[in-house]
Amino acid sequence: MSEGAIKKFMFVNRKAPYGTVYALEALETVLITAAFDQDVSLVFMDDGVFQLKKGQQTKGIETKNFSPTYRALDGYDIEKLYVEQESMEARGLTEDDLLVDVTVMSRADMGKLMEEMDVVLSC
Amino acid sequence: MLHIINKSPQERNSLDSCLRVTQSGAVLLIEDAVYAATRGNAAEAKLREAMGSLKVYALGPDLDARGMSDRLIDGVTAVDYAGFVDLVAEHPNCQSWL
Repeated sequence: MSEGAIKKFMFVNRKAPYGTVYALEALETVLITAAFDQDVSLVFMDDGVFQLKKGQQTKGIETKNFSPTYRALDGYDIEKLYVEQESMEARGLTEDDLLVDVTVMSRADMGKLMEEMDVVLSC
Repeated sequence: MLHIINKSPQERNSLDSCLRVTQSGAVLLIEDAVYAATRGNAAEAKLREAMGSLKVYALGPDLDARGMSDRLIDGVTAVDYAGFVDLVAEHPNCQSWL
């Protein structure tokens, strides 16, 4: 990548938040990518939509609750958050259940958006 | 037998396999498996059907962590860690499905 070049990065989050470390690791990578002034999009599909569920209380499992970090993303100019509608519906969730503003997208539109990216990382 | 499941029903087929072969006893959902016991999840119907012959439990701290405690399916019992230990002690044997 030449000096100053900006690429379109997409992170495709497909895992629930605490059963594995993928969600937390992806979030940290996202913040690093933003620190390099790259164009970042986040996608939440499959069990990844659970990462954005309101009301997470992790005291009982003695694990860091990283869900507030999603609310801080706009402070890093990360404002492109997309949720696949079909994944959300298959889990009984609506947009009101999510702790940040997102763009809800059909699976067809999601596929088109992915095509426009320079780099796509699935996590 | 106590059957312990720890994977989301949308990510692995461990709950499916367990319910396919199990006719009696109890199922304890922990970690990402607790999503199966929440209203509106695609696994809800299958779990409700299983509840006709099996007792179903879900680990409360795992529901809390995921923000899902307020949407537990009626008839599923939330247990804490002490309840988890009691379930293991009460059943003659148990199986952790991987």
